[in-house]
Amino acid sequence: MINIEKHWYDVVVIGAGGAGLRAAIEARLAGKKVAIISKSLFGKAHTVMAEGGAAAAMGNVNPNDNWMVHFRDTMRGGKFLNNYRMAELHAKEAPERIWELETYGALFDRTKDGKISQRNFGGHEYPRLAHVGDRTGLELIRTLQQKIVSLQQEDKAQHGAYDARLRVFAECTITELLLDESTGEKRIAGAFGYHRESGEFVLFEAPAVVLATGGVGRSYKVTSNSWEYTGDGHALALRAGAKLINMEFLQFHPTGMVWPPSVRGILVTESVRGDGGVLKNTEGKRFMFEYVPDVFRKQYAETPEEGDRWYTDPDNNRRPPELLPRDEVARAINSEVKAGRGTKAGGVYLDIASRRPAAEILKKLPSMYHQFKELADVDITTQPMEVGPTCHYVMGGVEVDPDTASAGVLGLYAAGEVSGGMHGSNRLGGNSLSDLLVFGKRAGEYAASYTDTLGKRPKVDDKQVAAAVEEALTPLARDGGENPYTLQSDLQDVMGDLVGIIRRKGELQESLSRLSELRERIRKVGASGGRRYNPGWHLALDLRNMLVVSECTAKAALEREESRGGHTREDFPKMDAKWRQVNLVCAITPTGDVDLTHQPIPTMTPDLLALFDKSELAKYMTDQELS
Amino acid sequence: MTLRQFKVWRGDASGGQLNDYKVEVNEGEVVLDVIHRLQATQEPDLACRWNCKAGKCGSCSMEINGMPRLGCMTRMSTFEEDETISITPLRTFPVIRDLVTDVSFNYEKAQEMPAFAPPADLAPGEYRMQQIDVERSQEFRKCIECFLCQNTCHVVRDHDDNKPAFSGPRLFIRAAELDMHPLDARHDRKEIAQQSQGLGYCNITKCCTEVCPEHIKITDNAIIPMKERVVDRRYDPLVVFGRKILRRDQLAATVPSGPTVHAGPVTVADGQAPVDFGRELTPPQPAETNASGHVNLNEMLSDRAAAASPFGDDITFPINPNSLNYYHPER
Repeated sequence: MINIEKHWYDVVVIGAGGAGLRAAIEARLAGKKVAIISKSLFGKAHTVMAEGGAAAAMGNVNPNDNWMVHFRDTMRGGKFLNNYRMAELHAKEAPERIWELETYGALFDRTKDGKISQRNFGGHEYPRLAHVGDRTGLELIRTLQQKIVSLQQEDKAQHGAYDARLRVFAECTITELLLDESTGEKRIAGAFGYHRESGEFVLFEAPAVVLATGGVGRSYKVTSNSWEYTGDGHALALRAGAKLINMEFLQFHPTGMVWPPSVRGILVTESVRGDGGVLKNTEGKRFMFEYVPDVFRKQYAETPEEGDRWYTDPDNNRRPPELLPRDEVARAINSEVKAGRGTKAGGVYLDIASRRPAAEILKKLPSMYHQFKELADVDITTQPMEVGPTCHYVMGGVEVDPDTASAGVLGLYAAGEVSGGMHGSNRLGGNSLSDLLVFGKRAGEYAASYTDTLGKRPKVDDKQVAAAVEEALTPLARDGGENPYTLQSDLQDVMGDLVGIIRRKGELQESLSRLSELRERIRKVGASGGRRYNPGWHLALDLRNMLVVSECTAKAALEREESRGGHTREDFPKMDAKWRQVNLVCAITPTGDVDLTHQPIPTMTPDLLALFDKSELAKYMTDQELS
Repeated sequence: MTLRQFKVWRGDASGGQLNDYKVEVNEGEVVLDVIHRLQATQEPDLACRWNCKAGKCGSCSMEINGMPRLGCMTRMSTFEEDETISITPLRTFPVIRDLVTDVSFNYEKAQEMPAFAPPADLAPGEYRMQQIDVERSQEFRKCIECFLCQNTCHVVRDHDDNKPAFSGPRLFIRAAELDMHPLDARHDRKEIAQQSQGLGYCNITKCCTEVCPEHIKITDNAIIPMKERVVDRRYDPLVVFGRKILRRDQLAATVPSGPTVHAGPVTVADGQAPVDFGRELTPPQPAETNASGHVNLNEMLSDRAAAASPFGDDITFPINPNSLNYYHPER
């Protein structure tokens, strides 16, 4: 007899990063009984890794900034593949979401007149990123975490228990969403998973589920992502009948550390470049000036002298090309390394030491300095860093309704990195923290209001629960199964080597056949040991999620025959206006195979279109669209 | 690449032992890299928490050669090649399995800590603070909640019985952070730290500061200033003397000026409280003072034949129980 702990909630939020916590706060404020499921301890979310800041057009530093400029920058950054409505909502609502954080106790860095300070960042026309030194993500998580505690204190005062209406289930993993199909339409009925600490199973009966599980980076070897980023939400959504869009677009952060190995993949924030850092190859040349694409030619400096003047006089000079959007910088570094001008570890030098006094570096980049000093004994005030592209963010994700964050299955919502569309083919730095606040709030709000519309609560199907139990226990029961760590490492090799930053048709085809071999091997994965805190077992269960999401990425990457944003095809190096009109959509068949279809992207409304110069639109759109 | 000797504690709440392992170590690696290799090649079910592997999340707290450290921030190059490195779980918290401990103590203490109280008169977006003022609190907000300070603090490290009364350094810096927050509407953070967090147990041995991977000056910048100012208020002889001789309005901070709201629970266990604990009460009235602002010491000048009532002269005894914000649970 298998023991299953049961809980009853209105809204279950899977994921305790920024988006999940913001969604939970909103649903609780709407009066719902809410559970937050966290794969790690409360407050350890990957959001803490965000360094630069949260983009919001508050206009505190440059009063010319407003939501329209932010919207334009976001669309440009995403190469016009963004869901325009999401980009619009995001640009409009981000300032409110940031100000709200101050009422929760957040302490952002300040301007001289006491407002929230905003910093420059790649792709943003004005200084726009609200920040706290270089640990903005940590501030955001801690603030939301403390807001949740404050709501729990209110509940304790009113109901006698901290978790009367809002409870955090730390170290708990969801393996399946449960559906009620009795009315003929699929509706969310709950979620099934296990407590990592005890290995005991847990069942949440809930009519609404918000996915906020983050990204998929663990399928890559060089990644800035933590172990949790195994694409759980993407896979749960697929299995529940939702769709993924834009999965071919992965952001490789241009400047991750490549050496030494203890810090491999760790990001060097863009603000190093925003504050004066430059990229040099092994010949000592500042190479970015040679990689400014035509579409950006007008906005970027042509000489190092002009670029250097920009730091102090941004109104009369153009910005240095080190601040091009991330994909452009990543591609440039990749080209330099391929041309033999990279370091032994496969990177280039990022140098701030020779350009700024040590004291200033310490003041502006304290945790960056601290991190590399401690982790790798590298002193960034005296020596250059060795950097290269590292897998950082997935633009693709669950297809959602822009206004409600609904994922197309009744009761299922998605927000943050797990959702797709907002960032198009490439995300601007700083837009993720604001994204997860804006859409986290919306997801929580609409998940709560959906539960109000229910006549009868959906019912959990015992058969689905039994199947989920069996699926979870199989690896433990299998003697001599495949080693999960080996499988993960093999999967990372396939994705890193064949579906990496620069892609080719032949390699993508090979990746698909290697992934299907891996699929067979993952079916035979085994885990030794018991159910109590057994990382081998946990990984064995995560593997199938990583696999199906990797298949989506590989298939979509093979299908899209152009280069755009986070998707670069060596055999199709140009952006193609026809492909801009298409979203690639992944679903899964009943047998679990990935099914890829084309879908037209929503047409931007005339008032938003009017925000752009016609000449700019011509770079992205077909003649037919322009007329 | 070299083979190195490790001793890793394996077991659970019922007991365990240090196991010997030989693991490959490459140039530039940290202890967490070694644990991952151990999991991948020898012990797939070795339990260990980790997330970011970049010193930012505070998950991989463990004791390395007896020192509380983050696994991801302990470089292998800091050890001798022939040194045996022992890795054990945090000692202050109950073991769940192997290197994973039950750290719920810290989350419970965090729940007891009164949250940030937003200023009532400022709307979102109207907050104005100077950088120099937020920086003091920002130092404490760097905390990554690795709980190494909690683990190393001798008040609880070997004294489980102190845990109920003692919140620990992590929560002292939280109290200090809120105390120094330019816009926090509560002004009793130090008193709370003293009365319900157990600040008095700390005898400033600075162990917490020493292990903090974020280099927060926990003792110097948070605990000592809080202790000093709590002491100021409570024991400073001048303050005590001042209380005796000063006018009431000169002791401004001690007399509430507006109506007070009872902070107690709104309902009692059975939900049938006959008293509305949330209602507004008139604040106590100050005793009558003379033209120079002093309490009348001379009975001749007073309107009654005794010293002024310490409760204020507007209160008559016995007090009508219905006017009190108090409900006896057994009635």
